[in-house]
Amino acid sequence: MGTDRLKVNLAGLKLNNPTMLASGILGYSAETLSSIVAGGAGAVVTKSVGLKPRKGYANPTVVQADFGLINAVGLPNPGISEFVREIREMKRLGVPLIVSVYGFSAEEYATVAKKAVGAGANALELNVSCPHVKETGSEIGQSPEVLAEVVGKVKAVVDRPVLVKLSPNVTDLVEIAEAAVRAGADGITAINTVRAMAIDVETAMPILSNKRGGLSGPAVKPIALRCVYDVYERVKVPIMGCGGVTDWRDAVEFFLAGASAVQIGTAIALKGPSVFRSVSRGVDAYLKKKGFRSVNEIVGLSHRS
Amino acid sequence: MSAYRIAANKLRTTSILSVRTESPTVKTFTFKDRECARAKPGQFLMLWIPGVDEIPLSILDVGEDGAVSVTVKKVGEATEALHRMKAGDFVGVRGPFGNSFTRKKGKILIVGGGTGMAPLWFLVKRLLPDVERLVFVMGAKTEDELLFMDGLKKMLIGRNRQLVATTEDGSCGITGLCTEPLDRLLTNERFDMAYTCGPELMIRKVFELAEKCEVSFEASLERLMRCAIGLCGSCVIGKYRVCRDGPIFTSKQLREVEAEFGSSKRDFDGKRIPL
Repeated sequence: MGTDRLKVNLAGLKLNNPTMLASGILGYSAETLSSIVAGGAGAVVTKSVGLKPRKGYANPTVVQADFGLINAVGLPNPGISEFVREIREMKRLGVPLIVSVYGFSAEEYATVAKKAVGAGANALELNVSCPHVKETGSEIGQSPEVLAEVVGKVKAVVDRPVLVKLSPNVTDLVEIAEAAVRAGADGITAINTVRAMAIDVETAMPILSNKRGGLSGPAVKPIALRCVYDVYERVKVPIMGCGGVTDWRDAVEFFLAGASAVQIGTAIALKGPSVFRSVSRGVDAYLKKKGFRSVNEIVGLSHRS
Repeated sequence: MSAYRIAANKLRTTSILSVRTESPTVKTFTFKDRECARAKPGQFLMLWIPGVDEIPLSILDVGEDGAVSVTVKKVGEATEALHRMKAGDFVGVRGPFGNSFTRKKGKILIVGGGTGMAPLWFLVKRLLPDVERLVFVMGAKTEDELLFMDGLKKMLIGRNRQLVATTEDGSCGITGLCTEPLDRLLTNERFDMAYTCGPELMIRKVFELAEKCEVSFEASLERLMRCAIGLCGSCVIGKYRVCRDGPIFTSKQLREVEAEFGSSKRDFDGKRIPL
């Protein structure tokens, strides 16, 4: 899917359309990602990969909430040494490949990032916002100082764009975004899931085996939109809007708030991989109807008023 | 937004109505669930054993009163916990998930091994009124583990209905694997469709025989599962998600995933490991 209206350049990454697969969804193998690319995604972000293999949590790891999903899968991944083989295969997908990276220290982030780039990642997305694994993810992304150290160490060892995916579970998301950009981040992804849980009334038990998880889907869209709006006011790097995008209207709202692209995940459960194409087509029709020549023209447009 | 809920399927808690012992290691659990009672043969559900685990299970049978049954072999922590549960205990249910077997009418061959018998029992019940001929080959290690034998004997009475049992120890029927009698059956007779479920190595053998004899074929596959709604990627085989694109696969699809079919799956950490 790509008319010239939909083309975007995100910190040097050229996308035929401004939709991307969000991290954590189907991102283990090149073959599964190929169905996402066939569905029209302009870029893909892999599942988060760390230094060592992780099995994740016992089931239930995903539970349905009203208007969204709560998950605590627990960052399962085969470790970067194994994953580089998949990255090499993913190079053939024909769209920019963004490898999501997590670590338990700044050094780990840097080591994994370097190996991912060595295997062919076009860009990195630092997961400093996973809400359900201790000592990584949001525990790193809630401190401007720790985050700056991670971004700095990664930037020092790679020569590709580095996106930083932020958590909404902080007092001041903008302060964190600014710290990331000052440390060299080339883009911001907002937002990761919102800390949440589900309890069963018959058994009086939390349903997720990890008890707490992260909420995604339409329920979090207004929160994500506000985060993007706030971040856009203060940072100059491209923003990837993420949270509940299900149709073209959601995507346009994110562009108007200040996102240069949107990431889609949960909506795949409802609409299948072709959700990327339907969102892109809808955005294109909107741009045409409104007389815009490029999606770039509407990025942040709502800030004028 | 209501479509959103239905598509992803909220967890319901329901109490177990009855527990039936099928063999020393296999039990059937029945509970009420309106959603899963609308399932078609081949579909599966996710069963939450509170505080322990959530596991994918093929649906064995459904009743008009909303009753749903699943058959479970004791193989690990989750299934052992489930085996200790009694009528009145609560379980959680999500589903039904996945696709179902295609309904055919002509000459049908069904091959089941171990607890792979569960979705096939459901299938036979639905197919029987319309099929011209039905041959059911069932296999297990021992006579004790041949599931639903009495029920199938009653159902498969009459002309053009045949039940063939095999056991590895020879305690009942033909001695050997359930693929033993297949070569002869498939060579002597032209079947319109073969359905199978069981251990994947057995499925692979049945697939190869069906390919050789050019018989249409559908198999139910199993992989590690987490979300069951096509998002997490735990159950992928090639480009397919077993939870969403399966669990029933045709010969054409199985040819596409030949490298993994019958040989490897993804472990909990996403790494490819031998089956």
